[in-house]
Amino acid sequence: MSGKKQNLQRTLRKVIALLVFFILWELLPASGIISKVYFAPPSEVFVTLVRLMISGELWLHTSISLQRAITGFGLAAIIMIPLGFLMGWYKSFEEIADGLVQTLRQTSSLSLFPVFILFLGIGEVSKIAVIFWGAQWPILLNTISGVKSVDPLLIKSARSMGSSAISLFRKVVIPSSLPSIITGLRLSATHSIIVLVAAEMIGAKSGLGYSVINWEYNFMIPEMYAAIVTLAVLGLITNYSLVWLEKTTTKWKEEINIT
Amino acid sequence: MIKVKAEDITKVFHSKNGNTGTNGCVEALGGINLEIRTGEFLAIVGPSGCGKSTFLEILGGLIKPSCGSIYIDGKAVSGPNHDRGIVFQGYALFPWRNVTENIAYGLEEKGVPKKTRNEICRKYISLVGLSGFENHYPYQLSGGMKQRVAIARALAYDPDILLMDEPFAALDAQTRDTLQGEVLRIWEETRKTVLFVTHNIEEAVFLADRIAVMSVRPGIIKRIIDIPLSRPRFEEFRTSQDFIKLRQEVGSIVREEAKSATNS
Ligand SMILES: Nc1ncnc2c1ncn2[C@@H]1O[C@H](COP(=O)(O)OP(=O)(O)O)[C@@H](O)[C@H]1O
Ligand SMILES: [Mg+2]
Repeated sequence: MSGKKQNLQRTLRKVIALLVFFILWELLPASGIISKVYFAPPSEVFVTLVRLMISGELWLHTSISLQRAITGFGLAAIIMIPLGFLMGWYKSFEEIADGLVQTLRQTSSLSLFPVFILFLGIGEVSKIAVIFWGAQWPILLNTISGVKSVDPLLIKSARSMGSSAISLFRKVVIPSSLPSIITGLRLSATHSIIVLVAAEMIGAKSGLGYSVINWEYNFMIPEMYAAIVTLAVLGLITNYSLVWLEKTTTKWKEEINIT
Repeated sequence: MIKVKAEDITKVFHSKNGNTGTNGCVEALGGINLEIRTGEFLAIVGPSGCGKSTFLEILGGLIKPSCGSIYIDGKAVSGPNHDRGIVFQGYALFPWRNVTENIAYGLEEKGVPKKTRNEICRKYISLVGLSGFENHYPYQLSGGMKQRVAIARALAYDPDILLMDEPFAALDAQTRDTLQGEVLRIWEETRKTVLFVTHNIEEAVFLADRIAVMSVRPGIIKRIIDIPLSRPRFEEFRTSQDFIKLRQEVGSIVREEAKSATNS
């Protein structure tokens, strides 16, 4: 019961901070302390946001951005989770690949963007490739470490009850490395959005990242903020849905209250 | 009737030291011969590091002996099977499975259909006194309760032989006493062949029909002591003259063996 009360207090505190932030944002440009031209107040941004939504323009850019991010991230997940299982389980495989992985992952995704453009052209493929490049490492490395940290005693225990290799993998290795994999997915998703925005700013003619830059060039400041807000909301939704996924798949874990 | 026969079991571990590149050898078991009778409760006592767990895992088919063979009902065994159940020292429960799902694991692997599985799980949950905790996850249980789950899990698929590796070593004295009583009750009910590894002499005398005393380096069975005490044994039995006398005798035998091992 006191837990519920505490929860309420915590939510209240969060809301208050947000509220203060928005009030300041509204009042500072209005009072003339900072330029209204550069710092459009939230009321104006909101009106613009609604207008852009109705016109369909915002949705067009959002859907293009989402397509790129989800394709890059999805491909990274589909390829790197199985690869991570292989590398985590077969020591020799990891020994061979480890040096390569450690070197390649130090190459920042954005520095490779020009290379991707050279090879893949300015179209969609190069943008998806650069997102894929950035998203793959957290997934791969977290899957490997998840598999390697499977408790050997649990493997022994499963074998003593007659588990075959397949069953061992399905019923012990996968569930016990799942939390680590989901953490990897979360890191990757956040990273995907960052790379997406940067890539769209550098080399695209559509998408939210492009919109931010384009509207800034054309001095459409409320529009620019509307695009920034949309990106922030996308980031929030991504993070919260992955946190939710983490919670529902690891309800068997002792709850650790970090906040 | 001989249920399990271990013949000249030796085990040498090769440990590769990655830093120095040297190859070390640990002779964990130096030729174990042991016969376990059908339906008996046999305890193995010995100091830590003498190879008790190694021997138990060889019996369980989890590791291969360097030399020697294991026979069950006269047939040589290689690898784990549903005729043996193991209770490990560290519980070894699956943290992502609740009590029922943990107990069902061996049944799933044996191919028992779901409905039968649930019935069997219910039966064993009540046998180990965990009714009401069916849906709890391991992190929500005390050490004693976890070990009850582990025992139920090993019994659920109905193995003939139960191998227990210091199952109560990590528990407090009171919980340990309770669980010893429970294990005896369950054993009277099910009449499994039990091999119970421990380093606690009182525990061994309280539980066993016979005690095999192991020594360190090489790990071998130095002698076997009969415990000709009446059954069933209950809590009061711990204060009986017979028990106290035998416990002291066994204690001095074990100490003697340990001394002669260090002298030689
Ligand atoms: N996988 C292994 N690799 C190398 N040495 C091992 C391994 N398992 C056990 N040993 C060694 O074998 C000996 C016996 O170990 P163990 O069977 O665990 O003893 P106990 O259960 O009686 O304490 C110890 O010296 C231990 O260090
Ligand atoms: Mg041991």
